[in-house]
Amino acid sequence: MFETRKRIIPVLLLKGPGLVKTRRFRSPTYLGDPVNTVRIFNDMEVDEIVLLDISVTPARKSPQMYLLRDIAAEALFPLSYGGGVTDLDVAAQIIESGFERIVVNTACSTHPDFVAHMCNELGSSTVVGSMDVKSRWLRGQSVFVSGGATLVKPSVLDWAKRLEDLGVGEIMVNAIERDGEMIGYDLDLIRQVSNAVSVPVIACGGAQSFPDLTTAFTAGASAAAGGAVFVFKGKHRGVLIQYPRQSDRNEFL
Amino acid sequence: MSSSRRICIVDYGQGNLGSIRNMLARVRARCEVTSDADDIGRATHLILPGVGSFDRGMQAIADRGLREVLDRKALVERIPVLGICLGAQLMTQGSEEGTLAGLGWFRAETKRFAFEPPLPKLPTPNIGWRHVRAARPGTLVVGLEDECQFYFVHSYFMATDNTDFVALQSDYGHEFAAGLQWHNLFSAQFHPEKSHRFGIQFFKNFLNV
Repeated sequence: MFETRKRIIPVLLLKGPGLVKTRRFRSPTYLGDPVNTVRIFNDMEVDEIVLLDISVTPARKSPQMYLLRDIAAEALFPLSYGGGVTDLDVAAQIIESGFERIVVNTACSTHPDFVAHMCNELGSSTVVGSMDVKSRWLRGQSVFVSGGATLVKPSVLDWAKRLEDLGVGEIMVNAIERDGEMIGYDLDLIRQVSNAVSVPVIACGGAQSFPDLTTAFTAGASAAAGGAVFVFKGKHRGVLIQYPRQSDRNEFL
Repeated sequence: MSSSRRICIVDYGQGNLGSIRNMLARVRARCEVTSDADDIGRATHLILPGVGSFDRGMQAIADRGLREVLDRKALVERIPVLGICLGAQLMTQGSEEGTLAGLGWFRAETKRFAFEPPLPKLPTPNIGWRHVRAARPGTLVVGLEDECQFYFVHSYFMATDNTDFVALQSDYGHEFAAGLQWHNLFSAQFHPEKSHRFGIQFFKNFLNV
């Protein structure tokens, strides 16, 4: 029996009409047009993509439906969307446009009843709970929502369990301090969250190379996600969309 | 032939119709997304999509008054019908997920991944790209190479004692039927609408039936 193929997931950040890549959730660098980028990932036969609109929640705006439709119409692979989804009608419209999953992060804190309701209505496997983790001076790690701006009280593991209790089908864990830094995953964090919940965990934050993606799986994640590792090349971080080829994956995974 | 083709995606309020419509556009096939029994009655090809729970799916079909026209198209007129994911499971006789009877077009049951020992306990749902292989030659597997992979998201699978139905197989802890076929009836547990070139080929094969 063959090994199950491990999921490798580029996380693309939308800011207004364009894609950007952040460092530690700040200083967005412009990457390019999202529809073109999706076409490139089609050619590379990407496993799936998570698209997060980082501009809507801070501005209290709604998802950019017209753009999401254009993106979904191009994608030959599964797509998840996160950013500013706080009501079921909007979630249903996004799914109807051709996305598979809705990612919720801040809403788990501000609209937990909505998240639970959405998991029930759209099915758990349609909802990904995302949590952003960062260290606090002398206090260990905590979860932050609103793009890293707002602390939530429960501990990291309590928050992960809370997301699971809300009914999400997967949990994406992102290490804010490693975002865009390409210094490796926070493997302890991935290990702890993977052990604490029974839903699949998507590891994010810090991936530095394609072989480095394996470390997330070893730590217990079901999927290895990343940003910079799929869009930057070289120490000057030149923009280049890249993704491991099937033949190469067999070597390092 | 293609001009007389009428492809309907059955909209019973459960699921990912946009992805399938996008994929059909990609293979240059026009389709209607409809919950209207008359529209469905004129179809030459039906696609039964679906995401969500079994009972909710069956109830939604009943609430929209679609059961009769679906049975007629599938069993009397025998036009090509493709069930995808939950749509595939609804074509079986019933599911461990619910209490309602299924459409019963396949003599199969929908079961939950259980992984009793000695099988390794794998996480459910089964999410990701999995190898799919042809159980036997047939319409749906034309042009699909041995190494083909499709995208799956499911906690339940179609189980049948009658291997004559089984067209496609995959593995998750154990072997399971990834697709069934019986004459004009086709089902796929995976998501061909999100499966790159393999999905494109799969839809072309279905539309050529």
